[in-house]
Amino acid sequence: MTDMAIPSGGFPWLTLLIVLPIVGVGAILLAKEGAARQVALGFSSLVFVASLPLWVFFDNATAGMQFVERHHWINSPPINYALGIDGISMPLVLLTTFLTPLCILVSWTAIETRVKEFMISLLVMETATIGVFCSLDFVLFYVFWETMLIPMYLLIGIWGGPNRVYAAIKFFLYTLAGSVLLLVAILVLFFQGGNTFDILALSQAEYAPSLQALLFWALFAAFAVKVPMFPFHTWLPDAHVEAPTAGSIILASVLLKMGTYGFLRFSLPMLPDATELFTPAMMTLSVIAIIYGAYMALAQSDLKKLIAYSSVSHMGFVTLGIFAFNAQGIEGAIMQMVNHGITTGALFMCVGIIYERTHSRQIDDNAGLAMPMPKYATFFVIFALSSVGLPGMNSFVGEFLVLIGTFVWSKLAATLASLGIILAAAYILYMLQRVIYGTPSEKMVTKLVDLNVREFGMMVPLVILIFWIGLYPKPLLDVMHASVDRLVQRQAQVMTVDQVGPIPQDLTLISPQRSVLSTPVVSMNR
Amino acid sequence: MTPSLVDLGAILPELLIVGAACLLLVLDPITPSSKKDLLAWMSLGALALCFMVTIGDLNHRVLAFSDLVIIDPYAAFWKLLLYVISGMTILFSMTYLKEERIELAEYYGFILLSLAGMMIMVSGADLLTIYLGIELMSISLYIMAGFKRFEAKSIESSAKYFILGSFSSGILLYGISLLYGISGSTKLTDIAQAVTSRGFDDPMVLFATMFLIVGFGFKVSAVPFHMWTPDVYQGAPTSVTAFMAVASKAASFAAFLRVLLEGFGGVKPSWQGLILVLCIATIALGNIVAIVQTNVKRMLAYSSIAHAGYALIGIVVAGSVANGDPIASGGVSSLMLYLAIYSFMTLGAFAIVGILRRGGLEGEELDDFTGLSKRHKGAAFLMMIFMVALAGIPPTAGFMGKFYLFMAAVNAGMAWLAIIALIFAAISAFYYLRVVMVMYMREPSAAQENETRLAFTPTTSVVLACAIAGVIILGVFPGPLVSVTTSAVMSFP
Repeated sequence: MTDMAIPSGGFPWLTLLIVLPIVGVGAILLAKEGAARQVALGFSSLVFVASLPLWVFFDNATAGMQFVERHHWINSPPINYALGIDGISMPLVLLTTFLTPLCILVSWTAIETRVKEFMISLLVMETATIGVFCSLDFVLFYVFWETMLIPMYLLIGIWGGPNRVYAAIKFFLYTLAGSVLLLVAILVLFFQGGNTFDILALSQAEYAPSLQALLFWALFAAFAVKVPMFPFHTWLPDAHVEAPTAGSIILASVLLKMGTYGFLRFSLPMLPDATELFTPAMMTLSVIAIIYGAYMALAQSDLKKLIAYSSVSHMGFVTLGIFAFNAQGIEGAIMQMVNHGITTGALFMCVGIIYERTHSRQIDDNAGLAMPMPKYATFFVIFALSSVGLPGMNSFVGEFLVLIGTFVWSKLAATLASLGIILAAAYILYMLQRVIYGTPSEKMVTKLVDLNVREFGMMVPLVILIFWIGLYPKPLLDVMHASVDRLVQRQAQVMTVDQVGPIPQDLTLISPQRSVLSTPVVSMNR
Repeated sequence: MTPSLVDLGAILPELLIVGAACLLLVLDPITPSSKKDLLAWMSLGALALCFMVTIGDLNHRVLAFSDLVIIDPYAAFWKLLLYVISGMTILFSMTYLKEERIELAEYYGFILLSLAGMMIMVSGADLLTIYLGIELMSISLYIMAGFKRFEAKSIESSAKYFILGSFSSGILLYGISLLYGISGSTKLTDIAQAVTSRGFDDPMVLFATMFLIVGFGFKVSAVPFHMWTPDVYQGAPTSVTAFMAVASKAASFAAFLRVLLEGFGGVKPSWQGLILVLCIATIALGNIVAIVQTNVKRMLAYSSIAHAGYALIGIVVAGSVANGDPIASGGVSSLMLYLAIYSFMTLGAFAIVGILRRGGLEGEELDDFTGLSKRHKGAAFLMMIFMVALAGIPPTAGFMGKFYLFMAAVNAGMAWLAIIALIFAAISAFYYLRVVMVMYMREPSAAQENETRLAFTPTTSVVLACAIAGVIILGVFPGPLVSVTTSAVMSFP
């Protein structure tokens, strides 16, 4: 506990990040109808700039929480306004602040009605997601976790496609129902873990294995719906297809990460025995998600649906890496979370851009873009190949690490998961073949105007990130090392303690491997 | 026995309110109809005065009139809440009555009389005192429900409320008489002794408990004694509905809890199981039936039934034997917190329904809300916040209320009850969000497009501002109210 809380050295950076978008909301309310876009862009860019110190001043050497702020919020029960980030949450915070300005840019002309409300919803989303990733208090976390539902519901329901009302309520009820058990689990943890909602303290407490099993499924219900893991993914295609482009980007890039982040922050450290026990089930579900998502993507004729199902597949890699529960797997999972955020966000952005021109998301309507839109086609191919996991691009790093981690746990699971990469190549290349190199349909060809400056400008930072992470992931991996190592070591300790007592044979087989793995065997780009 | 000055001082707020009510009834005929607002301001003044007096009661405990009346922090908390509710109702009524052309100024007098009844209920230490309070409250409400006397629905509402209400009062009285039979007294303390010595398997005790629970169950509209609620709520004038849904429910819960804990604290198993059944049935039925409602007032009626169900969790927890001390388990204080929060959310929602009426729209059907966000952004936004709060989504107060209730349940070892309640809370999001959907995601019809004149009057704006402030501030900073409720329950013996 002693090394876990490192104060922020004074300035409340995280509070600033949470409050700034809300200030932006106020400014939008006061601004003229026409200026809402500019104000929103200004504030979200300011948030991004304000988040850069997190990267610059981040101390890679420690596993403890950094930039910590702690204030009393409610006395009875003791609930604190406690914020802090470590190597797991920091990349996700930056991802959020980086993508929000892009979401506003992508909606610049696409959103024409109720612009003010749209921008307000986006900024409230930003506050809530940053809050989720920074909270060190379980109740505070839950408040942010649930707050995010309302703006997302409005984003889908007001500015979405024809079937938006259905998709919005489906999204809302699915995720709300998932969180039901989470709240009860939080309360049970409070009473069992020493009357505290402090996430760090709860992670140190010991819980009886039978209780852990129950709590594990309670947390699973909330997080698995968000990820979404098979078979709780059915809301995702609907929500993605109906949401406006910015909504899809936020949904895919940030919101889904909240689920996997939940597993990393809560399920693994608080419930190590249950995690160990249910790893086979989790791995099975992950592999199913990888292959099933990819198969479904193969069959889609709607671009957004295709990307939505590819998300299911890619998020399967993330959960696979998490539950492999070794350094490679978890670091790969976090990498994959960031990469999926960048790549899928970029792909949705591309679909949004073409939708603005042709008002269709059907592959057949948008065929043969290479000739009329060469710049667009270039970017689109880059993003698509990144999604396939081409070496030299970002996704490769994450998926490769995940597969190494999985391989140690089970060769079969790793082999099956690799099938997902092959399938990804199949559905992406098949899609590219039609969209980029097909023959343009007659009625659409006049509408196909190449990227303008704003759109070009949105793409460039994404491409830079894709190649930077792909070619030189070391800075990003360095950020995670300490936090991930501590997570894995704690699990190794728990397992060693368990070995003293009578334990099933198969666990003894796994544990020695675990402890070996906590000192990295594979050094990739380190 | 002649009442001493000490006794009269103890019930000073009640005296003030009754006096003001009588004064209003006298002044009414001689006030020109253009100046009826004066009467409303007078009643507000009386409320403000009482507020000052009652705040002083928050930290002492006095028994008056040879133990018929108790003045303790618990009663003071409820009284303060009731003043706020009544004040908001009166402010809102000033506009609403004009819109509905209800020009009977007895209205304000009846609000105060009914408030006086509620105040007597919450500080009754004797079953007969409580019964008198209930009757004073109910009879005033029966009349108020029929205030739109030219509308059949309003008359029906009044008649239905009266008949079923008298019936339940009769049952309550029967329970009281049984208790008198076994204890020779109607004082809660004497009853507690008699009941404890007889034990809960004594049939007399069982019957008496059941009758009391039926009587109070009717007042708080717990399933299966809820049948009157939707019809009465729908037919009564909206301001009266809001008052009934909030104030009478709060007062009934306050008295209910005191009777059970002080009178029957020794035989918790005899009533905890019954309340548990009522609680689950109320949550389930209220939420499920609300889904199919197309009239917003009816929907809010079922929602108020469901919320009574959540509040019953507090009583269940307070009655759990495993946890011994009802105070420490947080059942009582979380119930108080919940009802305070519920008051703001529900008053706000009803106020919006009333304001739509001003636009010349009926404002009661779900369709009347179509595209409201295009016509009146402010009203739509406020309604959205109230709906979200009723659904229990943070960062609104609705979440905090549920949080404390469920925490008390988990603390009492009833995590399963919290899970059931939470599942139904998730279901409730469906019908609350339907209002949001209709307001934000549907286009208004051409006729509705022209109805932009939902102008807020200054008084309704104040009501809405209070409600929204309550919903947001209590959601973000519930701490002060939590400490008030936790210290208020310390006065329980």
